[in-house]
Amino acid sequence: MRPERVDKIATGVILGLAGLVGLIILSLLIYILAMGIPHISWHFLTTNAESFTAGGGIRDQLFNSLYLVVLTLIVSVPLALCAAIYLSEYAPQNRWTRMLRLAIEVLSSLPSVVVGLFGYLVFVLQFGLDFSLLAGALALTILNLPILTRSCEDALRQVPYLQRQAGLGLGMSKWRVTTKIVLPAALPGIITGAILSAGRIFGEAAALIYTAGQSSSAISYTDWNPFSPTSFLNPMRPAETLAVHIWKVNSEGLVPDARAVSNGSAAVLIITILLFNLVARYVGHRIKQRLTK
Amino acid sequence: MDDLKKRLNQPSVESRQEWVGKLISYLAIILIGGLVGTILVFLTFKGVALFKNNGVSVWHFLSSTDWQPSHHHYGALPMIITSFSVTVLSGIVALPLALVVSIAITEMLPKKIYQFFQPLIELLVGIPSVVYGYLGLTVIVPYLRQLFGGTGFGILAASCVLFLMILPTMTSMTIDSLQAVPQKYRQASAGLGATRWQTISRVIIPSAKSGILTAMVFGMARAFGEALAVQMVIGNTTVIPKNLMESSATLTSVLTTGIGNTVMGTASNNALWSLALILLVMSLAFNLLMRLASKKGAK
Amino acid sequence: MKRLVTGVIVATIIVGLGVGWVSAQKQPPQEKVTIVGSTALQPLTEAVVESYREVKPRTSITVQGGGSGTGLSQVQAGAVNIGAADIFADQQDGIDERKLTDHIVAVSGIVPIVNPQLGIDDLSLKQLRQIYTGKVTNWSQVGGPNLPITVINRAAGSGTRVAFEQVILKKGERSINAQEQDSNGTVKEIVKNTPGSISYISFAYLNKHVQPLKIDGVKPTARNVTTNRWQLWSYEHMYTQRKTTKATREFINYMRTKKVQQTLVEDANYINIHDMKVQRTANGETRVKE
Repeated sequence: MRPERVDKIATGVILGLAGLVGLIILSLLIYILAMGIPHISWHFLTTNAESFTAGGGIRDQLFNSLYLVVLTLIVSVPLALCAAIYLSEYAPQNRWTRMLRLAIEVLSSLPSVVVGLFGYLVFVLQFGLDFSLLAGALALTILNLPILTRSCEDALRQVPYLQRQAGLGLGMSKWRVTTKIVLPAALPGIITGAILSAGRIFGEAAALIYTAGQSSSAISYTDWNPFSPTSFLNPMRPAETLAVHIWKVNSEGLVPDARAVSNGSAAVLIITILLFNLVARYVGHRIKQRLTK
Repeated sequence: MDDLKKRLNQPSVESRQEWVGKLISYLAIILIGGLVGTILVFLTFKGVALFKNNGVSVWHFLSSTDWQPSHHHYGALPMIITSFSVTVLSGIVALPLALVVSIAITEMLPKKIYQFFQPLIELLVGIPSVVYGYLGLTVIVPYLRQLFGGTGFGILAASCVLFLMILPTMTSMTIDSLQAVPQKYRQASAGLGATRWQTISRVIIPSAKSGILTAMVFGMARAFGEALAVQMVIGNTTVIPKNLMESSATLTSVLTTGIGNTVMGTASNNALWSLALILLVMSLAFNLLMRLASKKGAK
Repeated sequence: MKRLVTGVIVATIIVGLGVGWVSAQKQPPQEKVTIVGSTALQPLTEAVVESYREVKPRTSITVQGGGSGTGLSQVQAGAVNIGAADIFADQQDGIDERKLTDHIVAVSGIVPIVNPQLGIDDLSLKQLRQIYTGKVTNWSQVGGPNLPITVINRAAGSGTRVAFEQVILKKGERSINAQEQDSNGTVKEIVKNTPGSISYISFAYLNKHVQPLKIDGVKPTARNVTTNRWQLWSYEHMYTQRKTTKATREFINYMRTKKVQQTLVEDANYINIHDMKVQRTANGETRVKE
């Protein structure tokens, strides 16, 4: 067959299949949104969850999800980024580096239940953090590190070596080259990685059941003192996230409108992730502008 | 004179910064290494307790097919087989499709589509597994039941759900690795008169291969470790499945179902940790195999 | 200038945090009670905790799930104050029940359910046994349509399963290797969606999408449970260590009061412990309360 024909056939097949996948993904999202959006109302977003009567909302769960994402990213992004800098800029190409990479990758296949139990035994009991947002954030950090480290490293590696040489040639230290030249150039990739892992945090339930807990204490949104036990900002309080709430309502929910609460929560979660991603991209864009100015 | 010598011999600002920077990144990697090490040791420790304290032989655990912890039968073979088949099946379907989508997006379609598609993928990653599981239970399982008969629960249903779950991660990572192929390669190939398909199949895919393999490893690792969604659609029966439509159980689904109902330190609890250990060892073996494959191909 | 602004902001935050910390220390310490265990009991406990907040605002109670096994092992280890369980500590491997005190806080009825399209609403105890031991595999054998039976069991070692098997199976019998599911919600969803399926859930989770079964003509009602005419029921326990804190005891006592039992417990479709005319021991013997 002539190469041109092969090319045409291949193009057709690829585009056709890609279109099919796009269609599956789109219809999945539309299905979830269509099931949930009718249940979303101002009341649903701003009231507390009920234990066994209908009409409960998801106010605390929604806030907890957002707060937990922020906390986890504060812990995991710097850690993953520094590790990625080591792996891409400093690490010698030897057996130890390879082993470390392998170990980090294997970590990503741990079931989240196991990570949750590890978090429970180590963070909650051993470190005495109790069921708390902080314990949850640490457990999620474990879950996130592999993919976050990997995507940061890839982003750093993709910066052409020429740019590093230019910096080094000017007498800058390797660290300065990394932070002033490589990092800003790699920022979009790093942000994509962080957003992907934020999505994973939004959606994670199994690891949180044993760490951040599956019920919230009474919190007040007027108490801005993060050390006060009833403050919404206190990282040491137990907190149920939206994904955990969905799991709980589905598995042992006594509310008669469990289905509606679960569908509505799923739709709210998707919309939240969308908004979060938009904001994150905007912030990333601004940071990049400032760094390269 | 001495003063000048002293100043010249002093470490410069740059070298001090370098020192601090190195320290930070070394500390981070040591912390991560330590964390990974702790988890691995912790899991190994917990996982071998069944063999050490409860007198179950490793071989029996791996080869027996009877899993009834409450009656002291610990045979993990059915779950090992099911976990393996579910993961491979969903991976085999997801990889080519992820690749096809990535090629279409990076090589063929205008950039606008990518900008539309990328946030979509990120959204999918954030959907909780319970929602995927519920979708599987109410849409996929009934559909399969109509199509093939039986109950609808089984490996096929689980693979379908997992396929949906791992596709976003795999696609997004594959796109990244295709984009990392330098533009020069494409230009050089085009300059030699190659068609687009020739460029894709002989230049771009080979040079992005290690990235694509990593995407596969991560995607399948997710499938391997997923529990909540699988648990809802696979049926959770600890038998060796005779076909794709018979309800069976994976390592993770048994682990998740049982962990809350057993007491730490007892044989039934230890057996669950041993399942987690097997999961880890299998994923390690799988990872090494992929590395070997990519090395061989690179020669 | 920019640096100055940043510096002022950072200083303000640090001072603010410091003031916050100090003022938090000055508040009278809260008494903490942590409850871990049975996920099925959690919604009820949460509701009771919420109403308890008005009675005793200074006690901060955390309710977490994790399963009965986790609850019992954690209370035994002293990591939590209360281990919630839907199973007797004696029935759980690895628990020394002599170290723990059992507090019964509610009674939960268990009811077999089938897919509503089946058209069956009554089975005999014997038929149920035959289904769960695999001697009957088609609905036509028990007077239903010609449809294979899809048996869905509960997770091994769960309180609901232990209570079910104690009543349905004879001593030494084992149920067939069937689908196992962990939670009431998932079981309900599967039975609703799968033709020919049978399982069992707590009274509290019944809704119109699944068909509850009578056993030998006896209806699954709270009244029948109190007299043991309906034999499928189990206690909801809260285990504490022999010596426990005052706040813990007070909370459990509150949960056992007539008022809470008549309102919250009954509202959640559990059965009031004060209504029970019979009592049951860990090995399944039931006798009339003295």
